[in-house]
Amino acid sequence: MKKQQLHNNFNVVGKPAIRQDGYSKVTGKAKYADDYRFDGELYGVMIRTKASHALIKKIDYSELNENRFIKAIITADDIPGSKKVGPIKQDQPIFCADKIVTPGDVVAMLVGEDVKELRKLTELVKIDLEELPVLDDPQKALENDSILIHPDFKTNLITHYPLRKGNVEKGFKQCDEIIEQTYTTQLIEHAYIEPECVTAIPGEGNLKVKIIGSIQNPFTTRKVVASVLGYGLNEVEIIQAELGGSFGGKDDTMNILSARAAIAALKLNRPVKIKYEREESIIESYKRHPYILKYKVGFNKDGKLKAMKIDLLADGGAYSSMSSFVTWRSVVQATGPYEIKNVHTDVRVVYTNNPYTGAMRGFGSPQPIFAIESLMDEIAVKVSKTPFEIRKLNGFKQGSLTASGQKLTGHEVTLHKVLKKAVEVSSFDSKWNDYKKASGKKEGAKQSYINDSLILNKNDFINPDQFWRKGIGLALSYRGCSLGAEGIDAAASYVSIQPDGTVYLLSGLAENGQGMKTTFSIIAAEIFGISPDKIVYLEQNTSRIPDSGPTVASRATLMGGGATKNACEELKKRLIKLLVTIWKLKSGKDLVFVNNEIILRSKKSKRIEFGELIKQAYQQGINLATVGWYAGPKVHWEEETGHGSAYFTYVYGCQVAEVTVNIGTGEVYVNNIWAVHDAGKVINILGAEGQVYGGLTQGAGYALWEKISTHNGKIRENNFDQFLIPTSKDIDAIHPYFIEGKEKYGAWGGKSLGEPTLELTAAAIANAICIATGQRFYNLPINIEEMLLRRKLYPESLTRGSTS
Amino acid sequence: MKINFTLNSQNVSIEIEPNLRLLDLLRDRFNLTGTKEGCSIGECGACTVIMNSKAVNSCLILAGQCNGAEIITIEGMESDGKLHPLQENFLKSGAIQCGFCTPGMIMSAYALLIEKKNPTDEEIKEAIAGNLCRCTGYKQIIDAVSQSAKEIKINT
Ligand code: FES
Ligand code: FES
Repeated sequence: MKKQQLHNNFNVVGKPAIRQDGYSKVTGKAKYADDYRFDGELYGVMIRTKASHALIKKIDYSELNENRFIKAIITADDIPGSKKVGPIKQDQPIFCADKIVTPGDVVAMLVGEDVKELRKLTELVKIDLEELPVLDDPQKALENDSILIHPDFKTNLITHYPLRKGNVEKGFKQCDEIIEQTYTTQLIEHAYIEPECVTAIPGEGNLKVKIIGSIQNPFTTRKVVASVLGYGLNEVEIIQAELGGSFGGKDDTMNILSARAAIAALKLNRPVKIKYEREESIIESYKRHPYILKYKVGFNKDGKLKAMKIDLLADGGAYSSMSSFVTWRSVVQATGPYEIKNVHTDVRVVYTNNPYTGAMRGFGSPQPIFAIESLMDEIAVKVSKTPFEIRKLNGFKQGSLTASGQKLTGHEVTLHKVLKKAVEVSSFDSKWNDYKKASGKKEGAKQSYINDSLILNKNDFINPDQFWRKGIGLALSYRGCSLGAEGIDAAASYVSIQPDGTVYLLSGLAENGQGMKTTFSIIAAEIFGISPDKIVYLEQNTSRIPDSGPTVASRATLMGGGATKNACEELKKRLIKLLVTIWKLKSGKDLVFVNNEIILRSKKSKRIEFGELIKQAYQQGINLATVGWYAGPKVHWEEETGHGSAYFTYVYGCQVAEVTVNIGTGEVYVNNIWAVHDAGKVINILGAEGQVYGGLTQGAGYALWEKISTHNGKIRENNFDQFLIPTSKDIDAIHPYFIEGKEKYGAWGGKSLGEPTLELTAAAIANAICIATGQRFYNLPINIEEMLLRRKLYPESLTRGSTS
Repeated sequence: MKINFTLNSQNVSIEIEPNLRLLDLLRDRFNLTGTKEGCSIGECGACTVIMNSKAVNSCLILAGQCNGAEIITIEGMESDGKLHPLQENFLKSGAIQCGFCTPGMIMSAYALLIEKKNPTDEEIKEAIAGNLCRCTGYKQIIDAVSQSAKEIKINT
């Protein structure tokens, strides 16, 4: 595919740049958490039970007494401060003392020098349990006689978000057609390729403890560790090792692992490392929320939406984690990017004994988008419109009101632009018409095969090649940028120009592999007119930079980019002031910073090298270091009614998927995905394209293959032989396109992309499959079971597969 | 037991326990931490190294099997301070995000280029099909390998 050229007046922004961390990553020199070694380090190995829900009667460690491999057994009794933690509700114990609520729970940690020996010894701990009934169905969690997972809270309800707009009952009465539909989405694992790892090192001097690990949000980890140890924030230092993928997944789990390592390190006064194997990573870490999504929609003959009643139920699993934030995004985005007068939404998230769920790329949007975008296609069929026409008719325009009553102004609402572009570049309409004609037809098949179910009768023989059908589908979304009314939204960035004109840069946000360091370096390089390789991005360390909140919600470019730009512009102002004096100018408005020089536009012969100017600035005693700050504007939300300005700005995206389905065998191949995103100004083009390729691929995995199934709360797919994520062979071609909508926030209007890319893909693929097969599938993933049996084969026992 | 083998063009000899994995030999004894561990069961490819010109999962190979073998790891790809074309092109194509899969990817691609001078995109996809990457969606990796094949051909 021809590379898309972004037209702009920038020198570095929007042009390909080599990653800040690229060299160390291609040479194997980059240090990930497990690549750090410390003298005298010990290892921690977890002790779990086999239960999903049980009271702990007694734990007997006597067989480990005097064992030469064990330096310490760490339990809840060793915790000086908070015994339970959590971002919203403190419901998750560092070590369980009296109760087990999910199979990932840990009761103690063995510490010693030899991991292999320690792992064997875990078998010798005798845990006396009184098993409790297991609640594994979120639909039963709110029944009166349901067992309570955390009895202190007196309910299994974690959060309920209502949203009321207009009057749905009246709306339903006034419309021509009504559709009611239920959709479900599955539990999935982040599947970062690097499992969790952290080392805690006893501190020196005033520093009590230093932690280096695969940590997504170092400031959150610091807060948790400090509260567990009972220390001040400035007594705990968190250093982020190179992170081997996160996607939202190395937050809560890593905070708890860091706390466990820290407790042991301080008790034994030696470095303690915890490194998870894949199986325990999958068993203990949190996942994406499964949802049950009930929609009732009323519309007119022409397809205009009139009323929508939405009831979403999310399974939060055993701990609340980020559930309240995740599901809040769902309530904002549940209606999709469509104008509807009457909306009545309820989103609930509940406790069960299942693996707990929290932040994962997309964060509460892929689930409702799968539902609403499937529904829009169903509406289109009812009113004989194309998927394009139905969205064009109802989609948000400049100044539209969202379900929460927010008027979309202050930024360019590019929904129709992205939709039109996606439809054009994919030749959507003509393909859609062609594919629909052949859809689901089984010419050449035996009569017995042509029935409702795709599954074959016992003696049927088919030639699978007779049953290839093509399909094309689209999905459209709007997405609130950054945290929104979820939290305080501000970020810092430190910039310091050295006497030779090279630059140090560090922001309070964290590099999770997404390329943030490179993006921020590009911003600084653009402003100073220097090449990005003159910039060194510093190690992420909580002692060196202000707390900038978590690196989540696709907020790094918007918030950290804004902070970096502010810092650089402040320093540039000082340099301009100096040059105005040196060159005796009236003002600095004609000075251009470009190609390592500063040039006077009106008189091109007047120029000075960047490094030379810096030298002079140092000689004059000018301060060339600063911390830039960027705070988002105020937003608000009324909890009772769901009214408010949820986010201060939005991005828009449209994806079209083209698939080939074997309607005889249920196999699906993804041929093409066209992705058109308005992420605002594109700063790091290679990184942006990478976000699209990667996000879509994860989205395709969500649509077709990925699923963690639980049985009584226990996980079956605990390694990559059973939890299948996309490989290099699963998707043929991805075509990214960027529309740069006008935006006043961030660095030149650079907004969010990481999550928008993922949230649409499953919905687009589902719609494409529907065209190919002539059947609509309501449950993710649309794997072979779903396709042929229209139900999921839940495991009868956990012993299937090779690794458990 | 004692084994002798070639590691990144150097002859080495070391005393090992018979149950030691090649992965641990590299990471723990030789401090070559560029080779990563992602699954320990031969599914993710993060631990891929070259053994006698073939890509292998070092988590599934016993160190003892390496006696007399020639092993190349990611640390052996840069020569005289110059990056291998694969490394160069991974950088230029944006084929890296978190980078955890990168060493294994490069080694699988290297094994392919030893075997085939002109790999098609399909052959490249096949060669790295055992290397999971959760970040990149593979596209820029495939571009990087394909570009490297072209450059190596011109230069040899
Ligand atoms: S660690 Fe060897 S294949 Fe995953
Ligand atoms: S770059 Fe992160 S797994 Fe490949």
